[in-house]
Amino acid sequence: MRIRFTDASHLVVLVLAFAAGLLVFVALRYALVPAGFGSLGGHYRGPAVAEVAARPIAYAGQTSCLPCHDTEGKDRAGGKHKSVACEACHGALARHTEDPSAVKPALPVASKLCASCHEKDRAKPQWFPQVATEEHSGGADCKSCHMPHNPDPNRGAAQ
Amino acid sequence: MSMTRREMITRTGKFIILTAAAAEGLQQLTGSAQGQPLKYDAAKHWWAMTLDVEKCIGCGNCVRACAAENDVPRGYFRTWIERYHVIGNDIEHPTVESPDGGIHGFPPAAGDDGKWFFVPKLCNHCAHSPCVQVCPVGATFESPDGVVLVDEKYCLGCRYCVQACPYGCRYIHPKKKTVDKCTLCYHRITRGLTTACCEACPTGARKLADLKDPNDPVHEFLRNNVVQVLKPQMATGSKAYYAGLDGSVR
Repeated sequence: MRIRFTDASHLVVLVLAFAAGLLVFVALRYALVPAGFGSLGGHYRGPAVAEVAARPIAYAGQTSCLPCHDTEGKDRAGGKHKSVACEACHGALARHTEDPSAVKPALPVASKLCASCHEKDRAKPQWFPQVATEEHSGGADCKSCHMPHNPDPNRGAAQ
Repeated sequence: MSMTRREMITRTGKFIILTAAAAEGLQQLTGSAQGQPLKYDAAKHWWAMTLDVEKCIGCGNCVRACAAENDVPRGYFRTWIERYHVIGNDIEHPTVESPDGGIHGFPPAAGDDGKWFFVPKLCNHCAHSPCVQVCPVGATFESPDGVVLVDEKYCLGCRYCVQACPYGCRYIHPKKKTVDKCTLCYHRITRGLTTACCEACPTGARKLADLKDPNDPVHEFLRNNVVQVLKPQMATGSKAYYAGLDGSVR
């Protein structure tokens, strides 16, 4: 006895419905997945890496200062502050390097600036030179004995 | 067409070399079209940071530099300093303080007893980062050069990653309402500069490190110090390497 398949049209409907679903999926995916997603291999938008990298800088970096300020650089190189970067005390100065005449950094206030590192604190490592400013100088201007670029007191005070 | 065996091998060889050269040239062209500086090759770097606890003086320079470099909103921190106070051998219960993230330094430590020290903290740029694993949309990711970044155009602000980070390094930006965190100054390191915090650190307590650069001092640092990462039991693949870390640090 032959079995006849009488309702073949049902299969056509099924295939069509499946194809339509697939079409909707592909269209939605095309519309919703952002450009460059996965372009760098990971589950993220590849161009985002370049977007983060495009941010402008605020700190110019050590090498930008010395070509102009080599006197200060040489002075510092001979003393205990030799590995302290210029911008550690003078602040972020990328804009100064872009236009040196228009953007002038403010001179740091020595008594405040020096104390921010050298004020005595038990939590500071013992090798680090630190003083209780009240006992050490009675609150006098640090620059009357120490030149900030090379703070050895035997080298004399700043002019 | 008749061709000797020798001719065929020569032609095939030329074809392979020319195709490779053309493909390389095309890649260079498309690379520049995407706006990435050509000089920087992410595949040649694997960024990390070394932190020497015995050099940190708690001055807060790094916190201020980070805020200035990255417009970090007031009261939020991408890097901060903690001051630990451990009394006796009670390393399970240290007193930890970080007034305003240490942005103005610290008031002198009160009390003569116990051990005091500073610990600088920042995103550990984990290689198997829990924050990346939980992001439902792929808005935070490990870049090909090992930096955990946020795609702020794509972030929903759902805070999953804020909770997932075991080191407390993420926050929701109060204005953007998307997640924000240390980028390891990605805009600086891709231009050949060090990070703002490392630039400003007066004692060299923290140093940017490129683990793929054989001449980087990091290799010497890792060899010559007893180095630890934070919460090693969590296997996050942290790349913030601490030297001189006390057992009480969490």
